[in-house]
Amino acid sequence: MDLNLIWFVLLGVLLMGYAILDGFDLGVGILHLAVKNDEERRLCMNSIGPLWDGNEVWLVTFGGALFAAFPEVYATVFSGFYTPFMALLFALILRAVSLEFRSKREQPAWRTVWDWAFFLGSTLATFLYGLAVGNAMQGMPIGPDKEFQGSTLDLLRPYPILVGVLAVATFAMHGSIYLYLKTESDLQRRIHGWIWRAFGFFLVTFLFTTVYTLVEVPLATRNFERHPWVWLVVALNMLAIGNIPRAVYQNRPGFAFFSSCSSIAALTFFFGVALFPELVHSSLNPAWSLNVYNGASSPKTLKIMLTIALLGIPFVLAYTTVIFWVFRGKVKLGKFSY
Amino acid sequence: MITGEILEGMDFDVVWLARVQFALTIMFHYLFPPLTIGMGGLIVSLEGMFLRTKDRQYEEAAKFWTKIFAVNFAMGVATGVVMEFQFGTNWASYSRFVGDVFGSALAAEGIFAFFLESGFLAVLVFGWDKVSPKMHFFSACMVALGAIFSSIWIVVANSWQQTPAGYVLQRDGDSVRAVITDFWAMVFNPSSVHRLAHVLIGCYILAAFFVMSISAYYLLKGRHVEFAKKSFTSALVLGFVMSLAALFQGDVQARKLKDTQPAKLAAMEAHFHTGTNAAGLYLFGLPDQAEKTVRYGVEVPGMLSFLVHGNFHEPVGGLDKIPPGDWPPVAITFFSFHLMVALGTFFILITAVAAYYRWKGVLFEKRWLLWIFVLSIPLPYVANEIGWVTAEAGRQPWVVYGLLRTTEGVSKAVSSHQTAGSIIMFLVLYALLFAVWLYVLNDKIHHGPEPATPHTPADTGNLAALAGLRAGTGGGTLTGTADSIQPPDRPPHP
Repeated sequence: MDLNLIWFVLLGVLLMGYAILDGFDLGVGILHLAVKNDEERRLCMNSIGPLWDGNEVWLVTFGGALFAAFPEVYATVFSGFYTPFMALLFALILRAVSLEFRSKREQPAWRTVWDWAFFLGSTLATFLYGLAVGNAMQGMPIGPDKEFQGSTLDLLRPYPILVGVLAVATFAMHGSIYLYLKTESDLQRRIHGWIWRAFGFFLVTFLFTTVYTLVEVPLATRNFERHPWVWLVVALNMLAIGNIPRAVYQNRPGFAFFSSCSSIAALTFFFGVALFPELVHSSLNPAWSLNVYNGASSPKTLKIMLTIALLGIPFVLAYTTVIFWVFRGKVKLGKFSY
Repeated sequence: MITGEILEGMDFDVVWLARVQFALTIMFHYLFPPLTIGMGGLIVSLEGMFLRTKDRQYEEAAKFWTKIFAVNFAMGVATGVVMEFQFGTNWASYSRFVGDVFGSALAAEGIFAFFLESGFLAVLVFGWDKVSPKMHFFSACMVALGAIFSSIWIVVANSWQQTPAGYVLQRDGDSVRAVITDFWAMVFNPSSVHRLAHVLIGCYILAAFFVMSISAYYLLKGRHVEFAKKSFTSALVLGFVMSLAALFQGDVQARKLKDTQPAKLAAMEAHFHTGTNAAGLYLFGLPDQAEKTVRYGVEVPGMLSFLVHGNFHEPVGGLDKIPPGDWPPVAITFFSFHLMVALGTFFILITAVAAYYRWKGVLFEKRWLLWIFVLSIPLPYVANEIGWVTAEAGRQPWVVYGLLRTTEGVSKAVSSHQTAGSIIMFLVLYALLFAVWLYVLNDKIHHGPEPATPHTPADTGNLAALAGLRAGTGGGTLTGTADSIQPPDRPPHP
């Protein structure tokens, strides 16, 4: 395995970590308006209060690592996705400040505005992630100069939109299971109902997206033929998805959450499989695609970065564990809450 | 031909808009990190004092400043993500050029700084009643360290753009990129250490003035007086030392520019003509780039030569030594630099006066001086911002000095309409953020720190515990409760 492949895998790991971690707090935001009264909304927001910022760092680090390891890909994708990414920034900022500022005043109008901002920010951000993934899988008009040659409308095709909806459904389900873990009594009972609805929504969009991908996006499935062992992950993913309703039914929410994490990991893995060894497919000419070699930094930089990553990762894992441990258990409203 | 001209006009538009957007978003972002970098150290020292003395006043002070810190940190994170995206969205060609070099620094920032900061920030803000005071102190140290780490890597990356080192240029088809050859030469490029020192000094000055401003306000209103006196005095020491440090360190830094970035130095001083004699230093003036002269200039003869060379006869290289196409915008660089120096001088004077009165023991009676501190709060912000304006405008027309022009760095796939649209979005969003930020800060400052004693049962958990205690004393279990509340040193009743 050469350095370029290692960095392809490491980026996949960062994306996976991001999707699993920020996935649940984005999901909490997607479900926010379904929570009816102010105290319960505060409970839900505080269940992610100390964690969402650290979760978002996975995205920041993913972005930084993409810039560093594959600058051509970073440059092409970020400039090509200009308008959706500006909307993403808008959504992320809106979400961050609504978490921070909602609790600062008692007035219902103030809180309602930030409730909507939190919901819209979370939902829009999730949808746009899916949109980006869908575009990457289907291919984009990349020219011989590695530049994006389309317009914003080219990014809004049916398949990417479908993947965007799937992302919203997935995170809503993931977030509902997380909330079930963190809440108690009456609120928890109602969240139980949302899990079923969110799971149903997820299952329908997931199946539809799978069929659509198999029929319409041959690029995304070619590696399944070349590397049959990938089917093993498909089987594991089926088990994980099947286990979510089973574990919920048996009232083992921790197991359900683990299954939903596994399923998100598998979906991210399939995204990697669909791309490999490219990072951006050119829909104009396959030779113009950006892959792990023609889009990468020099071997020396990749090696320096690997050293940095190997030095840093044990620390990151250690304090991520500590912090999740400190904030374990049911969420309570206290003096320092939002 | 005509299409070519129109295209060129369009290009200019995109570059200009991308620069406006970068300036807008980075200047807005930079309202927040200096305070969190500077204040991190303050919270660490307050919590350290609490651990040592067990004086709850320090803990309440730490809690108060942590709240202020958290609001600013959240804003810094929210606006910082924009910066990371923007290299790719608006400056794709620049990203392709610098990615190999810049990347390592950015990756180091992500993995060493961001995870550390954001993780332990959670404990710092939400963990008061979840972890021990020692663990909380440790978290405060980690957050402060993380903030300094991130400033290190971002200044290293920016300094590489000012004084590139440790790289070669590699041609690949039509495109050229910088490829790293020596990581440590890149990290310790000729300007990074000086610039980092200057940035950190600026952060500490800002944090010191921020604390002094709020404390002075409390003193004037007669609220939280003990807290305010303690905070003001420690911030005053920091502010005075750092303002002096800025002067000496800034002088060293400016002298280095003679060798590393002569065009920037000449533009900062509006020094158009090299001449054959000593160069004077303008205190004021209106530089006229077209006429290559300074109008209404007030000049100290020979002073620039003295500052740069240490003597009063050697000429200093002027803008006439630089090809006109490589000139920075003189007026912006000159004004921002001079305003920064003027503000720095003011910081030294005002903190020196305050330190003198504090030493005499009459500082807190000088209401006029306290008012000056209250009203001075925007000044260190301005000084930090325009210091960066000097650094960045003075590097023009290059985005990477001597290697890549700003006009060459912009994204090819992005139109001027798209950029104009996003500028409008950022203007609206940031105006809203700014208003909310001021509102929340104001709210927290008016609320002030909690009194240190007696312990206020503000949260529901404590209220419940208190209610339980009262119910217990009123009920039948009198003996048990009485035992637990009776101080052990009191002799038992006969």
